[in-house]
Amino acid sequence: MLEARDLTCVRAERVVFAGLGFRLSAGEALLVTGPNGSGKSSLLRLLAGLLPRAAGQVLWHGTAIDDDLAAYRTGVHYLGHLDAAKPALTVAQNLAFWAGLHGVAAERVMPALASFGLDGLASLPARFLSAGQRRRLALARLAAIPASLWLLDEPTIALDRENVRASEAAIARHRAQGGLAVVSSNVAIALPDAHGLDLADFAGRGIAWPDDEAVP
Amino acid sequence: MNGFWLVVGRDLALARRQGGESGLALLFFVLGTVLFPLGIGPETQMLARAGAGLLWIMALLAVLLSLERLFQTDFEDGSLDLLIMAPLAASLTVLAKCLAHWLATGLPMVVTAPLLAIMLAMDPAGLGALTLAMLLATPTLSLIGAIGAALTVGARRGGVLLTLLVLPLYIPVLIFGAGAVEASVAGPGAKGHFMILGALLLMAATLAPPAAAAALRHALE
Repeated sequence: MLEARDLTCVRAERVVFAGLGFRLSAGEALLVTGPNGSGKSSLLRLLAGLLPRAAGQVLWHGTAIDDDLAAYRTGVHYLGHLDAAKPALTVAQNLAFWAGLHGVAAERVMPALASFGLDGLASLPARFLSAGQRRRLALARLAAIPASLWLLDEPTIALDRENVRASEAAIARHRAQGGLAVVSSNVAIALPDAHGLDLADFAGRGIAWPDDEAVP
Repeated sequence: MNGFWLVVGRDLALARRQGGESGLALLFFVLGTVLFPLGIGPETQMLARAGAGLLWIMALLAVLLSLERLFQTDFEDGSLDLLIMAPLAASLTVLAKCLAHWLATGLPMVVTAPLLAIMLAMDPAGLGALTLAMLLATPTLSLIGAIGAALTVGARRGGVLLTLLVLPLYIPVLIFGAGAVEASVAGPGAKGHFMILGALLLMAATLAPPAAAAALRHALE
């Protein structure tokens, strides 16, 4: 169970969002929407523990994630804007590295690539991949490495229609197995029964520290 | 521990495939050293006296040249996010990347240094000391440099800043590295120098990884 309470995010001394909260149980998904710059990526990085919170708490199964950040992160997939593909390594080597780092058997690599139609490109250096193919390689990481919480930042960007459906299916499978997903997207993505979170509702009001407040 | 060697292996594979960077540092080391006799004249006596110092300075600069990319590519392509989030502790990831960096750039310089020393007419009595001192000191250069590389990751023109940050920290290595060669040629032996270089290596190996890891976490914020 993932719960966020009263989250506030401050970037460059500006409040991006404030007072944000939600609660997700096993198998549920949260669709984060909002205009550009409303903090969708910041929210996901914050939930991944990569970004410090200005205020509020994130609870994973009832305990604050900061209590044991390393343990929390082993159960989390973070898919950011960047695809973390090394151009000099082949498609399979790229995925095998991350799988190995997470202690996942090498046999899981090829089926994961196949689920996003990359099995034919496995031995191709990643430098030859198109933007959409690189995105699929990043998504294949989700299929290869088990994790109960998926934080996906615009997962379907650059994907063709067929692979948008493949990624929707992957998220549905993950949820069916009791996984949680927080997905930010401004393009249509099918997430049945997903909770919605519009960051425009939590927009900050200007600068973080009003002049009349003494803040060091 | 498996993850540690995976990171070492990946960085070595990247260094080998992308060819350039680590090879360039070695080439810079060799070419720069070769320029000195052309610049200050070929008198063997002068070269022999200055040789050890020249080699050490060139080694420092060559390592610096290769440091900028240590975390930069991982930062730019998003790998750093995933490396920090991976089950392997961040300081061990840093240590693994330093080890790979040393194997790709430091070790080839250790092997080349005695040849360059002969070219600089260094007393053969100092060659062993030079090699051993380099072997002890080049990993320290990678480790200390990792702190600077982590602090400047994501900064524009990070390379210049990196140089200014790291060069002063290299001074002890330079003093005792060049001193080791001097001492073994002059006679008294360089045992003390080696011990200090070893101590510097141990200190860097324990202190630099957590410091660089903290800097990387901060860079991702």
